[in-house]
Amino acid sequence: MNVPVQPGQQDRYTVLDTAPRRLRDFLLSWDVILVILFVLTIVVNSLVSPYFLDVYNLADATSNFSEKAIIALGMALLILVRDIDLSVAAIVALASMGIGYAAEAGWSPTMLFAVGLGIGLLCGVFNGALVTRFRLPSIVVTIGTMSLFRGLTQVILGDQALRSYPQGFLDLGQSYFIPMTETGIPWLFIPPVPLSFLVFLVLALIFGIVLHRTAVGRQLFAIGSNPVAARFSGVPVNRLRFLLFGLSGMLSGLAGALLTARLGSMRSNIAVGWELDIVTMVILGGVSIAGGVGSILGVFLAVLVLGLVTFGMALNNIPGQVISVYIGALLIAVISIPRIFERLRAWRAGR
Amino acid sequence: MTTTRRTLLKTAGGAALVAAAPSILTSSLSAADNKRIAMIVKNLGNSYFDACANGAKQAADEIGGIEIIYTASAKPTAEDQIAVIDAQIAQKVDGIIVSANDADALVPVGKKAMQRGIKVMSFDSAIAPDGRIVHLSASSTPLIGAKQVQMIGKTLDYKGEVAILSAASTMTNQNAWIEAMKEEWKKPEYKDMPLVATVYGDDQDDKSYREMQGLIKSHPDLKGVISPTTIGIRSGAKAIVDGGLVGKVYITGLGLPSEMKDYVLAGACDTFAIWNPVDYGYASTYIMNDILNGAATAEGSKLSMGSKGETTVGPDGECVMGEPFVFDKSNVEEYAKIF
Repeated sequence: MNVPVQPGQQDRYTVLDTAPRRLRDFLLSWDVILVILFVLTIVVNSLVSPYFLDVYNLADATSNFSEKAIIALGMALLILVRDIDLSVAAIVALASMGIGYAAEAGWSPTMLFAVGLGIGLLCGVFNGALVTRFRLPSIVVTIGTMSLFRGLTQVILGDQALRSYPQGFLDLGQSYFIPMTETGIPWLFIPPVPLSFLVFLVLALIFGIVLHRTAVGRQLFAIGSNPVAARFSGVPVNRLRFLLFGLSGMLSGLAGALLTARLGSMRSNIAVGWELDIVTMVILGGVSIAGGVGSILGVFLAVLVLGLVTFGMALNNIPGQVISVYIGALLIAVISIPRIFERLRAWRAGR
Repeated sequence: MTTTRRTLLKTAGGAALVAAAPSILTSSLSAADNKRIAMIVKNLGNSYFDACANGAKQAADEIGGIEIIYTASAKPTAEDQIAVIDAQIAQKVDGIIVSANDADALVPVGKKAMQRGIKVMSFDSAIAPDGRIVHLSASSTPLIGAKQVQMIGKTLDYKGEVAILSAASTMTNQNAWIEAMKEEWKKPEYKDMPLVATVYGDDQDDKSYREMQGLIKSHPDLKGVISPTTIGIRSGAKAIVDGGLVGKVYITGLGLPSEMKDYVLAGACDTFAIWNPVDYGYASTYIMNDILNGAATAEGSKLSMGSKGETTVGPDGECVMGEPFVFDKSNVEEYAKIF
């Protein structure tokens, strides 16, 4: 947040780590807008549908967006440093295919997850090397690798499906990792949680801490704000970007493993079109496409808002196309509101 | 369980939800006694599926006390369809009828629905046997093959040379249908109607068109052509019209009313067949109604299809609706608007 330093609060030799907190800025901040949107989503959905606030239904709803949400965490960091990875969905497909063949060869569930992570990492490293070594724009590189990875899957698989997985692997995707647990006290219980959502929660916490509470996090913001200045300040810009691409690939591989376990089958069109859903989550989460601005809390809230809006509309049998239109409109509205406020403020200040 | 869910209303979302809670409780109590059947198709904006849904609604009106929920995802992918099915499971519908985007990937969600007491069946595009109770096929290979030979026989009054214009020689469906045609051809009424050639247009319009011209040239006495593919039949019909052979050579086979309308009206094609999507949705709904009423679904059981008769459950829960529906001058224009 670019808040001008208030005179009197500090002298010119003091530079605060973070901007001073003021109530007005806080209330207008993106995260608060998202919290309001989140609460609104829950209230409206529960008023409209009697089936919305059911722990099992909500648990099932989370499993439909958690894999995308996991990838969105990596995407958020990439967009924060002015990069993007459009090959994520294709990496999911390639990883899922590797898992499918490994499963047919009789590998254990743990090894299948390792295969997914490994393939994802390799793809991510490939992206990262092209972007940082050859200094190519990431949008160009990853549009290319998107076709490359997806095309590889299509060439190898054709119209075949891979569908034999060990039961232990399928259980990870198809049953609740934490089962519904009642304590005897009516209002105190542990809701059922699918593995994919649990993984997302844990990763979101880790990403939040790293980005907002560590030096590496500050370096990422520095790169996003001004890569040249960051480089001159001793930030290893390209090394960090390279690592982020590797990370994005690994998260895609992990999501691929979770999705494969949930579906119990994979074809070359698995996860097709996910990259844009994921970018939508990140942008709605308030990460600036111009870099340097964003928070994990925002992405976390945007994931929940999008997931629950989609689920709530589907509960009312609103067709998929209408849901897409609504989400598009929501994205444009949420993005333009702060800009309109800014213009308004500038106009009033200039008068 | 109920206590837990109600409690969640008060705890999960804080004060705002408490305000919402009373209306939630009353609306769940006032749920209608209607049986709710969800018809989930591959994608919306597809007039073929709209016609299926109309058939389903017809059946629901006839039976009474049934509400049809017709829905689909925006993208025709397994993942998106699963999300739509999850939303139907959440609403605790009584039955789900699916045209599957992926036979295998829908098995887990189909199983989950059935574990929660929801009856699941597929139509049009099947879910693998573990994920549903029955699958209704529009027709069967023997019926499709026989129908096409019967149609050309009727048009030609069982006299004259006939050829087949197929898709590619490698296509499983077409080859099976041609085998079934040859089986029908063995019957005595076809003794003056010999099969003289089988050619392949590879399901490309230009190649099918040229193969049709070639057939007419190499067999001057050719009277009829059967094309068991929508592309072959429309290209073949065009070759007849373009060559000024209307009334001399007739084509029949499997076609779409919207594509065949002009050729039927021009006289190049007397009759053609394909399944009727309205009947398809209608029959599926009757079958689901039977299942909801506790009908047996083991192999050999009979399930009602309303005015379309009944079907016998085969191995793996496979059912067949019937022989393909025949289109001619009298009805092609009406159906051309649908698909």
